[in-house]
Amino acid sequence: MSSAVNESLSALSSRHRKQAFAYPYVLWMALFVVIPIVLVAVYAFTSVGGGFTLSNFYNMPEYTAVFGRSLWLAFVATVVCLIVGYPVALAISRTNPRTQRILMLMLMLPMWINFLLRTYAWMSLLENTGLINRALGALGVFDLINSIGLARSASPSQYVPIDHFQLINTGGAVVLGMVYNYLPFMILPIHSVIIKIDHSVIEAAQDLGASRGIVFRKVIFPLSISGVISGITMVFVPSVSTFVISKLLGGGTNMLLGDLIEMQFLGSAYNPHLGSAISLIMMAIVIICMGVMNKFGEGEEQAVVM
Amino acid sequence: MAKELIRLVNCRKEFDGEVVLDSINLDIKDKEFLTLLGPSGCGKTTTLRIIGGFLKPDSGQVIFGGVKINDLPPHKRKINTVFQKYALFTHLNVFENIAFGLRIQRPKLPEKEIERRVHEALELVALNGYEKRSVTQLSGGQQQRIAIARAVVNRPQVLLLDEPLGALDLKLRKDMQRELKQIQQQVGITFIYVTHDQEEALTMSDTVVVMNKGEIQQIGTPIDIYNEPKNAFVADFIGESNIIDGVMVADNIVRMYGRNFQCLDKGFSHNENVDVVVRPEDIDIVPVEQGQIVGTVTEVTFKGMQYDIIVDFQGFKWLIQTTDHSPVGSKIGVKIDPDGFHIMKKSEYSGLYGDYSSYSAEYDELSADPEAGGQEDE
Repeated sequence: MSSAVNESLSALSSRHRKQAFAYPYVLWMALFVVIPIVLVAVYAFTSVGGGFTLSNFYNMPEYTAVFGRSLWLAFVATVVCLIVGYPVALAISRTNPRTQRILMLMLMLPMWINFLLRTYAWMSLLENTGLINRALGALGVFDLINSIGLARSASPSQYVPIDHFQLINTGGAVVLGMVYNYLPFMILPIHSVIIKIDHSVIEAAQDLGASRGIVFRKVIFPLSISGVISGITMVFVPSVSTFVISKLLGGGTNMLLGDLIEMQFLGSAYNPHLGSAISLIMMAIVIICMGVMNKFGEGEEQAVVM
Repeated sequence: MAKELIRLVNCRKEFDGEVVLDSINLDIKDKEFLTLLGPSGCGKTTTLRIIGGFLKPDSGQVIFGGVKINDLPPHKRKINTVFQKYALFTHLNVFENIAFGLRIQRPKLPEKEIERRVHEALELVALNGYEKRSVTQLSGGQQQRIAIARAVVNRPQVLLLDEPLGALDLKLRKDMQRELKQIQQQVGITFIYVTHDQEEALTMSDTVVVMNKGEIQQIGTPIDIYNEPKNAFVADFIGESNIIDGVMVADNIVRMYGRNFQCLDKGFSHNENVDVVVRPEDIDIVPVEQGQIVGTVTEVTFKGMQYDIIVDFQGFKWLIQTTDHSPVGSKIGVKIDPDGFHIMKKSEYSGLYGDYSSYSAEYDELSADPEAGGQEDE
């Protein structure tokens, strides 16, 4: 009897001891996640003087275009990642385990190089005098276009010949940067869900009369939806808040939320109160988007933990 | 009943240079319950997968209703499969699992027709009212029934069953065996059943195909297979057998242990060496002076309905099943009626089976374990 009590006591204390291992993380979370969020909220609802105000939010409509552009570019990047990433994940999952490991390693390899460095590399590729434009020039692409343009132009004297394509400082360049940087985050979760699908389930579908297309549409895709949702989250969230990619590849013309917020804290338009207000709204939008996404995965294992 | 439906002609299959099927020839009749029986790795699942279309034979032909179907993919065959681990669609509920095959049919079936047929199928497996359940909430036995309903709802001409009861516990397995046989008779289609459980095969089948090492050892009715095994492998795999070296002195007379026994077998050459099979239940224990041969009891195991006793006859140990208790160490005589002998020609398996020198009760426990031979050919 008493030994049973002792046992349950020691079980209890061992559980406490195990819990103790979690304290550093809890402390870390409190210091660097919870307190900053509280600070952001405090800043967002106070004025420079320190009093409570909602005025930081009154100006928000001014930035509708930035919000719209950020959400749109992140959306496009996410869709591109999904369209490119899903077939890759599917193809990788069909190779043998050894090849899979090598392919996944190759997928991860670029991430060993610093994020900034990779984005700078894209700059030097996309610049007006960058590698791509120089290569196109060397191939005579611009000469060809100019000669056609000149011949078809009504007033040849006013024809302005081109010597490059505008690649950098466009929305397309920003999307490219996002897709390049975040594609692995789409492929990884989808791949890890697909490889867990029991092959006999696929055979069962074939056996019941499903062609390859139907097997994919009615079995493989629905069973991989939790991976798709994780992938979408992991691409969309960093895309919507990025500021480095838009700064380096989008130039000044494609300001995103991240740039706007950065400006309020470090830039010319120093106003942490406004910056906090924008951050809060962005957070709310992201949470709403993820909530909607999770609805689609209802009943699946919840792969997305916010 | 007698109409031939499927024929395998010289089917051969290798994996990585290893022969898993060696020239299989098999006729399967319409509406019969045929069982492919053998230990793991014998090629029974490979044979089933060739019929289902999941594997192509390296050589040989698969003929279905008179037409060669070697290259026909699974989804175009009028054959459905019940998989070993059910392979249900976890993202669909019970109704949609069963309706899966119906929904992808072209031209589209009307919703009413789909509903009617799903309900029919659910009724067949006694799971009415489960339509809205998630398949992950069902027990193993229920999942298996859904898998059967999902396969028969398409009205295939043939149903393939790959060790469908392997994951169920003993009691449930026995019930399902009876039920499967009933379902087969009710829907009136061909069942091709794969198992390593000889009892299951004998209980349910019209025809049993015993396989080993990628070859068919014997095809016959359960009674034929049990009473007239072709070689030592079959005799040992189906039930218990004592297999003793003997010599056919003449028709109906076999010589072993230096004396002649009356038997009912004939047609062997004069003085041909043969394997003599004596089933443990065909041996009568008699007082020593009346015994045809005399031996010493070395082991006794109580089995409920009978005792399994091991008796040493001049160095060769026999298994005898008897209701009489004979203590270890006692000398007993045995008597075998002429119909208790079954004579087999010598084969590659001679001498490998049928000696109970290393018998232990654990063997039975092992063979009762559903996992023991569950996986093969993978």
